[in-house]
Amino acid sequence: MDLVTELTILVLAAFVGFEVISRVPNTLHTPLMSATNAIHGIVLLGGILVIGSAEGVLNKVILVIAIAFGTINVIGGFLVTDRMLEMFKQRAKPGDGGEK
Amino acid sequence: MSLAAASVLQDADFIGLLYLVAFVLFILGMRQLTSFTTARRGNRVAAAGMAIAVVATLLDQEVGDYALIALGIALGAVVGVPAARQVKMTAMPQMVALFNGVGGGAVALISWAEYREALHVGGNPALDTLIPILFAAIIGSISFWGSNIAFAKLQGIIPGKPVAIPGQQFLNLALLLVAVGAAVAIAAGAESEGLFVLILVAAAVLGNMVVLPIGGADMPVVISLLNALTGLSAAAAGIALNNVALIVAGIIVGASGTILTNLMAAAMNRSIPSIVAGGFGGGAAATSGGGDGEERPHRSTDAASVALALSLAERVVVAPGYGLAVAQAQHTVRELAGELEKRGVEVNYAIHPVAGRMPGHMNVLLAEADVPYEALREMDEINPEFETTDVTLVIGANDVTNPAAREDEGSPIYGMPILNVDKSQAVVVLKRSMSPGFAGIDNPLFYNDNTELLFGDAKSSVNDVLAAVKNL
Repeated sequence: MDLVTELTILVLAAFVGFEVISRVPNTLHTPLMSATNAIHGIVLLGGILVIGSAEGVLNKVILVIAIAFGTINVIGGFLVTDRMLEMFKQRAKPGDGGEK
Repeated sequence: MSLAAASVLQDADFIGLLYLVAFVLFILGMRQLTSFTTARRGNRVAAAGMAIAVVATLLDQEVGDYALIALGIALGAVVGVPAARQVKMTAMPQMVALFNGVGGGAVALISWAEYREALHVGGNPALDTLIPILFAAIIGSISFWGSNIAFAKLQGIIPGKPVAIPGQQFLNLALLLVAVGAAVAIAAGAESEGLFVLILVAAAVLGNMVVLPIGGADMPVVISLLNALTGLSAAAAGIALNNVALIVAGIIVGASGTILTNLMAAAMNRSIPSIVAGGFGGGAAATSGGGDGEERPHRSTDAASVALALSLAERVVVAPGYGLAVAQAQHTVRELAGELEKRGVEVNYAIHPVAGRMPGHMNVLLAEADVPYEALREMDEINPEFETTDVTLVIGANDVTNPAAREDEGSPIYGMPILNVDKSQAVVVLKRSMSPGFAGIDNPLFYNDNTELLFGDAKSSVNDVLAAVKNL
């Protein structure tokens, strides 16, 4: 893919990101940040692609660490966001009984 | 037939289509994060998008070394899963900083490996690949080390206070010049892994030096900024590797981080360059620190009177600050609100955007204490309602309730958006002592006619009030 096409995609995606994310209320900013954090763990894909052609021990070690880092970022990010969002509960309706 | 199926699966267009599905899921997931009722599903939708992107990439013909990939993913899962499961909600800012850091670290490592590979195959790659690699290396390395320092500061491993380093700005500029200079040399034709490592190291030291002097109160801005940088570095890596998934996902995160950085800086009435340039408190405290020594009259109160006032009120607002989280008082506050609600009092929470150590942090802490999300009110939404509020309880918050930000042009925080708690019928401020707040700025709120002060540790004060309410 040529550079201009890539830059076009980059700029358009940036606009989409701005539009969607500016609608997230302040109250949900921590989960938002934590979820977007998980999304940039997508660099994991970079590691997966580059390790295929890697030669030499050092390159392989570097890339295994990179893949491990990316995985921590992705899995940890989504899990921790889920834990946070689980806690946001609606006000218990009167007479709703004593759920926690 | 199986051969035909395999070739379809490995087809670049097929992989591209899977990426497209992943982008749609990312964007739908983000959109669902705009509302409490759908947010949890939104996060899962985005995670599904990520799973699809990973599977699509594994189908790529260039991918060979499945054993090493599995090893890397297993290592990451072994570290990431328990960390995410066990982290306390108060420690969320440092966890996010750490996850952000490893993302930046991955970008820096991938760009290094990619450059080594290019040298091995036959020299510098074409400029449209080389420049993004160099950019990703610089930003990724800054982000990795900056995030680690932010983590260490928030975790209390190194002091969270602003630290002054002599000649700091000059040093940072020099480091940036070294990193960019080495990158320009490589782009101009120098083929040297040594220069590349120099870029990584100079950017690493720069990341350390930029975050080290920044104080705890500025952390919401710093974490947002680092988040944006990691996103940008991932997008740059995507251009270098010709991978659309990295470009799109990276730049969405870059956009999100940029929005949050601006919001946080605006909420603190600070410019991003001035935060990055040096620790908070220095200049501000100097201008107001004189304090002219005179003791102004203020009224103190006791738990029993506060309990009476609260239970007779129709509307009560709690304005929490980071001090509430430090005192671990959120569960007791929730219990007090429950007692008041039983007596027909409406209790809401006024949340300033920077009430915490990262954007929105206070909401998570209160949600953990079972505060329903309808009661968590944003600053702009609740400010007009203070005039009809009978009692406002200020717990562990100071500067974000300081009316000087609205009225006193000479105040260092003039212009900062605040919670207008002083407009409510009565204000009770829970305070340890009369000492000024974090930034050393005096708060006229304490001396108002409708303000009473309840001295003591936040948690035990709230406990006393709770006990008194129960006894009424």
